[in-house]
Amino acid sequence: MAILDFEKPLYEIEEKIQELKEISESSGMDVTEQIETFEKQAKEYKKELYANLTPAQRLQIARHPDRPSFLDYVKLITTDFIELHGDREGTDDRAIIGGIAKIDGQSVVIIGTQKGKTTKENLVYNFGMPQPQGYRKALRLFYHANKFKMPIVTLIDTPGAYPGMKAEETAQGTAIAVNLREMAKMEVPIIAVITGEGCSGGALGLAVADKVFMLEHSYYTVISPEGCASILWRDASKADIAAEALKITSEDLLKLEIIDGIIKEPLGGAHCDYEAIGKDLKNTVMESIKELEKIKPDKLKENRYNKFRKMGVFCQ
Amino acid sequence: MTIKDWFEQRKEMQIARRAKETQIDDSIGKLWVKCYNCNTQLLKKDVEENLEVCPKCNYHFRINARTRINQLFDEGTFEEMFSDITTADPLNFKDTEPYKKRIAQAKAKTNMNEAVISGVGKIDGNEVAAAIMDFEFMGGSMGSVVGEKVTLAMEEALKRKIPMLAVTASGGARMQESILSLMQMAKTSCAVAKLNEAGLLYITVLTEPTFGGVTASFATLGDIIIAEQDARIGFAGRRVIEQTIRQSLPADFQTANYLMKYGQIDMISSRAELKSTISKLINLHKR
Repeated sequence: MAILDFEKPLYEIEEKIQELKEISESSGMDVTEQIETFEKQAKEYKKELYANLTPAQRLQIARHPDRPSFLDYVKLITTDFIELHGDREGTDDRAIIGGIAKIDGQSVVIIGTQKGKTTKENLVYNFGMPQPQGYRKALRLFYHANKFKMPIVTLIDTPGAYPGMKAEETAQGTAIAVNLREMAKMEVPIIAVITGEGCSGGALGLAVADKVFMLEHSYYTVISPEGCASILWRDASKADIAAEALKITSEDLLKLEIIDGIIKEPLGGAHCDYEAIGKDLKNTVMESIKELEKIKPDKLKENRYNKFRKMGVFCQ
Repeated sequence: MTIKDWFEQRKEMQIARRAKETQIDDSIGKLWVKCYNCNTQLLKKDVEENLEVCPKCNYHFRINARTRINQLFDEGTFEEMFSDITTADPLNFKDTEPYKKRIAQAKAKTNMNEAVISGVGKIDGNEVAAAIMDFEFMGGSMGSVVGEKVTLAMEEALKRKIPMLAVTASGGARMQESILSLMQMAKTSCAVAKLNEAGLLYITVLTEPTFGGVTASFATLGDIIIAEQDARIGFAGRRVIEQTIRQSLPADFQTANYLMKYGQIDMISSRAELKSTISKLINLHKR
């Protein structure tokens, strides 16, 4: 497993404990007490470490190569997943994957951005950066959900919509804009979860939802801290400062009333315990579906409109 | 020296020379203007009379919101609304300068209190709700105020059952408002959904430049999308794309003509024809 730089001291302690155990076993010396003390200390240190991470450090967890991907979550929280490919206009963008599945016996349309764990996979998934055709595929699946009265679940982990020549020629901006507008018209519940990176319009294009959640260490922002630093500070190395200033953590967004809740991650991050994060994600999604299904379609739409209508802070 | 270097050096020299010129005689600057495109020295008065279009090469200069309003609406009919909504600094944001200071500077420079003017006016006698953006105010970036005033203009159209017009000029999102700025894309697009459901005509005019969060929300959601001549329009900036794909882009990339070629807009209009085009469209949609 990849170790992040701020995790190194923790890793070293754990290594020492392991060494001690091996020595005690081979030499027959009884150091159980010392080991226990060390383990206790390591555990406390670990708790403290993860409770006091800076936004920039949490960014590293959000971007951890072993972080569960969309397809991991599909395996963890759904059954009977059938992928539906393609935008019907010539492309099957792999950065956005969608299909129908069951969650606790409930049929849903589930759509998400997909990142790879290896370079080879990432070339297939384009590092989770969708083309306009990916958003159009998502749109087609939104309509499908609306037609067959299935709730929509979107899982978002993207560094942003792809900035490429072909993407511009086939109207990246329009593709995202149309999704924002059409999501407002859906008559079925929409639940969006930012699972890792929620960057800019590329993330929002799947997130005009009745309920928006974030995993504890995920982030949601108008621009990546690196991009912001290079524009406003004219220095990409100021990304740590930008990450702080942009208020991108799940706690910040809850405080700003942009999201509806935070899904706690296992100590060390979602990648440390797939089963645990899968269970909590599933519970959150199912609770929301049950709550939203009681609301009549017209009212649901109205509530969704009002939710986004009131976002923004200004003087009057 | 590569050709690129030569151009860079030439540009720098020109900038340096220009700075000296303005020092020598400020009064010349008040009367004369140089076309960015064909470099001709032009009388400011001539350019103004020609709707801020170069009389020699027909290049369309950027214009501010008030000039745009004067050009599009019947004289004296435009009533500005919601001007009491002003910028807050909810994140207490500071980059190399505090956001509050940037806002104060923008206000002083433009004599505007934000990057958009909303209101209702008449175009050839037809009442239209409108949101007109101003690139001079912090690059026309969309923060909470812009999002709110655009949405309010759309809601005014809904209330009065009149067409909605948006004229965009924006570099994208207002980074200093971070996530709140991103949410303005959702807010304005949801308001367009309401216009759609009410069957009201929504026309957008994309002007130089329209990028980022504005392109990816209300700008490209018009029932009719018009690009003004010489406008550059896109989602990602040219430099970002070049750095990502590591190849140079065609010279006409993201120009109005380029977008037309790729089917993204309904038409390109010259500034001179813009008002009559909008007016015709409104009349054609009358029931």
